[in-house]
Amino acid sequence: MSMKALTLALAATTALAGAAVAQDQIRIGVSIPAATHGWAGGLNWHAQEAEKRLEAAHDNIDITLVTADSPGDQASDIEDLISVQQIHALVVLPFESDPLVEPVRQAKESGAFITVVDRGLPDTSIQDVYVAGNNTELGSVSAEYFLTRLGDGDNIVILRGIPTVIDTERFDAFMAGIEGSGINVLDDEFANWNRDDGFEVMQDFLSRFPDIDGVWAQDDDIAMGVVEAVRQAGREDEMFIVGGAGMKDVIKGIMDGDTLIPVDVLYPPAMIATAMDVTVANFTSNGPVQGEYILGAPLVTQENAEQFYFPDSPF
Amino acid sequence: MSVSVPDTASKPHKGFRLDLKTAGPLLALILLIILGYSLNPLFLGEGNVTNLLTRSAFIGIIAVGATFVITAGGIDLSVGSMAAFIAGMMIIIMNAAVDSMGASIWTVLLGIGCSLILGIGAGFINGFLTTKGKIEAFIVTLGTMGIYRSLITYFADGGTLSLNSGAREIYRPVYYDSFIGLPYPVWVFIIVAVLGWVLMNRTAFGRYCMAIGSNEQVARYSAIKVDRVRTWTYILQGLCVSLATIIYVPRLGSASSATGVLWELEAIAAVIIGGTMLKGGYGRIGGTVIGALILTAIGNILNLTDIISNYLNGAVQGVIIVAAVYLQRGSFRTGRRAKKPE
Repeated sequence: MSMKALTLALAATTALAGAAVAQDQIRIGVSIPAATHGWAGGLNWHAQEAEKRLEAAHDNIDITLVTADSPGDQASDIEDLISVQQIHALVVLPFESDPLVEPVRQAKESGAFITVVDRGLPDTSIQDVYVAGNNTELGSVSAEYFLTRLGDGDNIVILRGIPTVIDTERFDAFMAGIEGSGINVLDDEFANWNRDDGFEVMQDFLSRFPDIDGVWAQDDDIAMGVVEAVRQAGREDEMFIVGGAGMKDVIKGIMDGDTLIPVDVLYPPAMIATAMDVTVANFTSNGPVQGEYILGAPLVTQENAEQFYFPDSPF
Repeated sequence: MSVSVPDTASKPHKGFRLDLKTAGPLLALILLIILGYSLNPLFLGEGNVTNLLTRSAFIGIIAVGATFVITAGGIDLSVGSMAAFIAGMMIIIMNAAVDSMGASIWTVLLGIGCSLILGIGAGFINGFLTTKGKIEAFIVTLGTMGIYRSLITYFADGGTLSLNSGAREIYRPVYYDSFIGLPYPVWVFIIVAVLGWVLMNRTAFGRYCMAIGSNEQVARYSAIKVDRVRTWTYILQGLCVSLATIIYVPRLGSASSATGVLWELEAIAAVIIGGTMLKGGYGRIGGTVIGALILTAIGNILNLTDIISNYLNGAVQGVIIVAAVYLQRGSFRTGRRAKKPE
């Protein structure tokens, strides 16, 4: 009998202690798209790294990372984070902006701190923090580099991504950047942010245009395909290629002084880590964090490449 | 064999109409070539023709396998994911082999061997589940499509698997080098197509496929081992995917979750453009080869011209595909009507 009482008492104490710990815990939910292409793979890796690092650094931070295959999936994920995990903060990189407004609003109404990453929501009043890369700057920084290498009468070709706002912002900014320089854009075609398409489109550009001085691929996956096509044609010495994003193979090549892809323009999947850091800072720092954080799209050159090199990342 | 099988060769007296029917896809290809040449004469330049043929080899080889599956009344949606999965496994295996024993010709042969085993195995799984598991081919291959796509994403950690550069140098010529003026992938395509043609038109197996596709019950009563023949069509499909992968890997030396996306639809489209019936019962390997060339040529022509807005590329492709099939079905209908009395 007394034994039973003792067990009961012990159980009660444990439960109480557990509750106390749970109250101190700050639960943060992170919802991102699944790793269906290179950039998203990098996103997932950096999110996992940040989770490990932040949980090791702060005893009271508990991060739950969920990945979604579609906007609908992601909406369900966020509902689960609110009702099951009862999160104090949500870091979300929306699959698509519009369908996720309501799920994120629900999270906000449950009292959670909201950090939106990369793809902004149309209703900005929901978010406390917004962290994003800068597609317009990616286009204009690339254009500035082309201006340093080429001039009046030089020919370039452009390989675009998938017809979306992201692609249009990059393309328009680039075209505005080279306007009036006399650089001649021979043609632009969509290569769908895909290596195989990059290879094939570039093969066709190469058989069509005998004189190409530069290639703007605006994405590292496309650029990798372009490199193979140029090598096949034996025209490596004729032109240079500029991609974008910061894939490790490309960064490594730049560190080693590759002349075919001499620079890269950053659009880092690591921005998810920045967003998670800012969110944690909201609970641990004594400074205010609310606001918009627009990351730069710096030019990666041989001099600074090392700081953007993550050999363990899959991207 | 008591089963009725359309046989163009045995009815020479309807020469012209039947010729048109056979020539439908070829006519579409010739029209497309004229269109391409008039938009940009470079279309028929030596370099571009080689590029086009090499590029069509992937879809073409897979489509030859798909011709058997579709002729026997089945469908395989998993080929694109399967290609990505096999490419990924080849790279992982070859990289491991390089780590343990250095890069040599044996590394590449090991990769090729594994690719063949995986392709045949994956084809057998599809065939077994469809025939013995009695699940519709659409569902089985939709399932395996998702499974292979997830597995490659998982093994690549969501990123890209890249072949070790040492092995890559040894393997690279398989895609980029030529034999008597034609790149190796084109030779593989030609060999696969010829073997496929013989198998479809000159062997009992080909006749069984058509018989099963046109009427499964009758085929069963005619003592054809329906399940076994069906399973073999999926194994052939798997083998073709593995051959396509063997020549695909040396091209970019990498595989990711974006590899081979929508190849299944392109392969099926090539088969149908070539004159094979989607509901089965009638298969044409020669047509499939032309179908693959048509599909590749459309993309190539669109890249060689800037008359058409980039945003409309998909629309142009759609119109040409439908027109090509119409051209061939229009004459096919007359061919069938002529045969009604039989």
